[in-house]
Amino acid sequence: MNVIMTENTENLNTEDKIAEKYKLQTKDVNVFYGDFQAIKEVSMNIKPNSITAFIGPSGCGKSTFLRLFNRMNDYIEDFKMEGKIKIDDTNIYKNKIQLEQLRKQVGMVFQKPNPFPKSIFENVAYGLKIQGIKDKKLIAARVEKALVQADLWNEVKDNLNKSALTLSGGQQQRLCIARTLAVEPSILLMDEPTSALDPISTAKIEELIHQLKKEYTIIIVTHNMQQAARISDYTAFFYMGELIEFDKTKKIFTNPDKKRTENYITGRFG
Amino acid sequence: MINIEEQRVALNKTGEEMLNLVHKQVQLAYEAFTSFDTDLAEEIILKEKRVNALDVRIEKDTDHFIALYSPVATDLRFALALLKINYNLERIGDQAFDIANHTIYLNQKLVSELVERMQFNLMFETLESMFTDVANAFTNENLKVARKVFKKDKIINDINAKAFDIVAEDAFKNPELIRQYLMALVVMKKFEKIGDLLKNISESIIYFIDAEILKHKKKK
Repeated sequence: MNVIMTENTENLNTEDKIAEKYKLQTKDVNVFYGDFQAIKEVSMNIKPNSITAFIGPSGCGKSTFLRLFNRMNDYIEDFKMEGKIKIDDTNIYKNKIQLEQLRKQVGMVFQKPNPFPKSIFENVAYGLKIQGIKDKKLIAARVEKALVQADLWNEVKDNLNKSALTLSGGQQQRLCIARTLAVEPSILLMDEPTSALDPISTAKIEELIHQLKKEYTIIIVTHNMQQAARISDYTAFFYMGELIEFDKTKKIFTNPDKKRTENYITGRFG
Repeated sequence: MINIEEQRVALNKTGEEMLNLVHKQVQLAYEAFTSFDTDLAEEIILKEKRVNALDVRIEKDTDHFIALYSPVATDLRFALALLKINYNLERIGDQAFDIANHTIYLNQKLVSELVERMQFNLMFETLESMFTDVANAFTNENLKVARKVFKKDKIINDINAKAFDIVAEDAFKNPELIRQYLMALVVMKKFEKIGDLLKNISESIIYFIDAEILKHKKKK
C-alpha cells in the first residue's frame, strides 16, 4: 500500500518544492521486528503547523510509525527500517544524524504522564540543563514560557518548587508537555496523550493542542475517534501495518474513500 | 449485529413507516378531492395527528442516535438525511391535510371535464411513481432510482404550469363553476408542492448514499 497525500501538488515539479511545503515526509517506509513486518510501504507528507491524527486498531502500527520520527524504535531489538523519512528535507535515518539534536527538534508526549520525582521547575528545566544551558535567567524564562504555553503557569507559578508528583493527572500531563516545549522543538509527537485523563483534563489538553498548532507540527496517536475528529486537520488510518487512507479529517469522518476506513470509524470492526 | 446498526435499522424502519403513512394520506387526499368523499377527508384530518406524532418520534429518536452514538461517515449522513426526509414528509402530510380541508370547504364534486382538462390523473400517477421511487431508493440505497424522481418532478411542474391557462380560459365559458376552478388551482398547487417535497427527499437520499449535496444545483 502506497498512499501519498499530495494535495494541490500539480504545480510542484521538484523535490525541493515538495520539501518546502511539507515539514515531514516519509517514502516507502517498511519496519520489521525480526521477521515480523510492522509497517508496509508507507508514504506520507505532513504539512507544517498541522495536526495529524493516526488512528487504527491496536497493533496496526500507528505507534511504531510515530516513534520512527524521533528514532525511538532504534532501541528495540531486531528493529529494522527501510525507506526514507525526512524532516525539513533532512533524512533522519542517515548515519550522521545526531540523535540528541533530532530529539530536541522532535518532542514526544506519552500516554501516561511521566514527571520526574523532582520539583515542577526542575522537570521543565531538565531538558535545557541536559543541553548544557547554564544561564539561570535564560532557564527561568524558558521554564515560564513553556508553562504558559502548556496552560499550566497560572496554576503552578506560586509553587514551582513543589514536587511534580503532587499535581493532578491532567496537570502532570500538561507539565510533561511543558517539559517537551521547553527545548523548543518544531514537531510534537503525542502517543495517546489523554487516554489516562478525565474528560475535563482531556478537554484542556485538546484545547492546548489546538493552540500549539500555531507554532508546532503535531502528530497524535489516538484511539478516541471523536478526539481525532475534533482536533486534527488530517487523519491517517492504519490497518495491519498499512496506511489505508490519509486525507483531510473532514473527509475521513464524513465520506471516506475506503470501505475499511468507514467500517473502522463507524465501529463496525477493530 | 452491533448496537449502532440495530439503532440504524430501527430508525430506518420508522422512516419507512412515516413514508408509508404520508403516502397513504396523499392517496386518500386525491381520492377525497376528485370524488368529493368527505368521509375520506375526515379520515385524513384524523390521521394527521398520527403523522405529527411520528414526526416528533423520529426527530427525538434521531437526536438520541446522534447524542448517544456519535455517528460518523455513512451513519452521520444517514442521521442528517433522515431528519431532512422526515421534515419533508411531515410537510407532505400537511399538504394532504390541507387538500382534505379544501374538499370539505368546497362541498361539491368537481366536474369530470375539469379533472381531465387539468390532468389531475396524470399528476397523481406521476406522484405515485415518485413515491415508489423514493421508497425504493431509501430502502435499497439505490442512487439510480433516487435520480429518477427529478425528471418526474418536471412533469408535475409542467402540468401545474398549464393549469392556470386552462382555468383562465374555461372560467369565462362556465362562470357558474368559478369556485370549482379556483379550488382546483389551489389544490393542484398543493400536489405540485408534494412533488417538490419528494424531490427534496430524493436529494437527501442521494446525500446519504453518496455524500453529494444537490441542493441549489440546476443539473441533477
